[in-house]
Amino acid sequence: MSKRIFVTGIGIISGIGNNVDETFESIKQKKSGVTEIKYLKTNHKGEIPVSEVKLSEEELIKLAGLDKNGSFTRSTLIGIIAANEAVKNANINDIGECKTGLISGTTVGGMDKSELHYKDLLTTTNNIEFIESHDCGDSTEKIADSIGVKDFVSTTSTACSSAANSMILGSRMIKNGLLDRVVAGGIESLTRYHMNGFNTLMILDHEPCKPFDENRQGLNLGEGAAFLVLESEELVKKNGSKVLAELTGYGNSCEAFHQTASTPEGKGAYSAMKEALERSGLKPEQIDYINAHGTGTDNNDLSEGRAIDKLFGPNHPKISSTKAYTGHTTSAAGGVEAVLSILCIQNNMIFPNLNFKEQMKELNFKPVTELLENVKVDHVLSNSFGFGGNNSALIFSRY
Amino acid sequence: MDVYIKGIGNISPQNTIDSNIFLDEIVNHDTDFLSCIAPNYKEFINPIQLRRMSKLIKMGISASKLCLTDAGIENPGAIITGTGLGLVGDTEKFLNQMLDNNEEFLAPTAFIQSTHNTISGQVAIALKCFNYNNTYSHRGFSFESALLDGMLLIKDKDAENVLVGGFDEITPEHYSIVKKTRWVKKETIKSLDLLDHKTPGTIVGEGVGFFSLTGKKDESNYAKIKDIKTIYKPDNKEEIETKINQFLTENDLTKNDIDLVVLGINGNVDTDDIYYHLADNFFNTNYAYFKHLSGDYHTVGTFALWFAANTIKHQKVPEVTRFRKENFTEKPIKNVLVYNHFREVDHSILLLTQ
Repeated sequence: MSKRIFVTGIGIISGIGNNVDETFESIKQKKSGVTEIKYLKTNHKGEIPVSEVKLSEEELIKLAGLDKNGSFTRSTLIGIIAANEAVKNANINDIGECKTGLISGTTVGGMDKSELHYKDLLTTTNNIEFIESHDCGDSTEKIADSIGVKDFVSTTSTACSSAANSMILGSRMIKNGLLDRVVAGGIESLTRYHMNGFNTLMILDHEPCKPFDENRQGLNLGEGAAFLVLESEELVKKNGSKVLAELTGYGNSCEAFHQTASTPEGKGAYSAMKEALERSGLKPEQIDYINAHGTGTDNNDLSEGRAIDKLFGPNHPKISSTKAYTGHTTSAAGGVEAVLSILCIQNNMIFPNLNFKEQMKELNFKPVTELLENVKVDHVLSNSFGFGGNNSALIFSRY
Repeated sequence: MDVYIKGIGNISPQNTIDSNIFLDEIVNHDTDFLSCIAPNYKEFINPIQLRRMSKLIKMGISASKLCLTDAGIENPGAIITGTGLGLVGDTEKFLNQMLDNNEEFLAPTAFIQSTHNTISGQVAIALKCFNYNNTYSHRGFSFESALLDGMLLIKDKDAENVLVGGFDEITPEHYSIVKKTRWVKKETIKSLDLLDHKTPGTIVGEGVGFFSLTGKKDESNYAKIKDIKTIYKPDNKEEIETKINQFLTENDLTKNDIDLVVLGINGNVDTDDIYYHLADNFFNTNYAYFKHLSGDYHTVGTFALWFAANTIKHQKVPEVTRFRKENFTEKPIKNVLVYNHFREVDHSILLLTQ
């Protein structure tokens, strides 16, 4: 049984690029994906900025190489694109050569189509093909079919920590010998449903978000999909696969405090990070960089920041949130940020926390605000915290 | 991967709340869909909180508490849930408000309660449980994924005991939508007559089931779950047979060792073939079915597991659940295999032993 889990492929699509290369270029150029709404049909256009994937449905169908007559939701389309990139990046020729699974995370599922056709579904027989694309499993199965995965499929749904939890289950299944390889990550398209939901909670910034800033006003929603190919040590050795990074630790803890808020002291965040460190066998001072959840809301940045202070202070590693680039891609965030964390390790870089001006008075650290190059990045901690108190943390290490 | 079922809380369209009785009285539903028999929520939730909760949250918290009381556990080492469609009622409420009011004047409550991890989060809050917490939402693998996750936690010694649950609800509005698909019967039937209606589609049900799993053997446990396997889109019947044989071999058993096969027959003439095939050509033992009692839904695996565990605990296959009754033979129930599929796509096999 494999004790070590290796990342051999990555794939991503978000508001800052349709693949890994475009994403990395945007990061280096400090180019944010947060703009005025263009594709989502909503009354909040012009009022609430978001980070959309910069492609129409037709363009996504084309990029995914699909027939335009299928009942594909936007989440499914971006998921197919990112998963295929990850599989290609891992140089997999025959995905059926070993026991391979797909674990994807999503919370809104096929809501983008459901909300568009809902009144039709209630009163007519039009668009009934979208009844079956509503649930969270639909996208996962279509992605599995697209990349040819048969041995195991599942979908996590823990709001904004979904993708991180997909990777956690994936690595545990590999460690137990149930699978040799798992394509794990998450997807989420923007929908009116969750944009309006977040809006009623008054946590959406109407300007570009400012994570960890004293004057932060909330988050910007984003959409995206990102997947990692996780492989067992045996499989990597057998195939001589190129290893991009090692998944050395993970932690999952529940805040058990409030459905949509975390404790001011960040109890759940602290436990998840601590567990991830313990599993990796690393000491806090060995972490070079924390890719924080850092949404830009009052509540998250305070509780996460305090938990970081408690666990890492006074010698903090470099810290930044990349949410101002990609927006908060909710269920995909853990995947998007895992890919960015791995890019940091591969390129010896640390990515900046855009839009930061003033340090939060409750915290003892400032995030990184410039692109750092030629720095030591051997161990990265990536945080994903969700509604319902679902907190998860992952550690990626140089191989 | 041996784990034991230490306690169960099952709220379903049958009288399943009292763990001492096992289908003594049967409810024959004759409505469009099968609704759960609600417990007295006040026994589980304080009245102030009760008012704010939607039906499924109430059922979720009640079932989890029933389960933990049954198991004699105060705080589990993990909470894991599975749901196919999540909190349908809350989702409809927020969606309709949003569409009807043109995205204006919306209240957050229904939205907050509509994420699929609401129940696992609410149960954690009710128990003050800060441990591992996860939720799966994948059609016919929703509960099965949660169960697998929980079994792995125990095997890896990440938790001594885990609380694993599955939940789905049906509302009149959602029923009116799914009735337009080929998966739901056009006609309203008496649920107990399910197999007499040789028509396309099934009857829709709902349910919430929680299970307390432990690695510790004890006389008071219901049964042992030996193993679980999911099969995604098998090519044909032969692949299913092969996978069942492999699964049994991996667990040092053959099909002749199985004392009872619990089948997910749901009355859909288009998709029930495989069950009849396995009963008539593959196994040679006793069979039971249960969807005429529960209806069908994404996490009906909870009802199946409750049923299978109780056949072992009570050493009884209730008359009303016997399939191929004419060949039924009385014998001790030691090994029980559950086979279910969701729309011929998501197939699952589960092995329980005494």
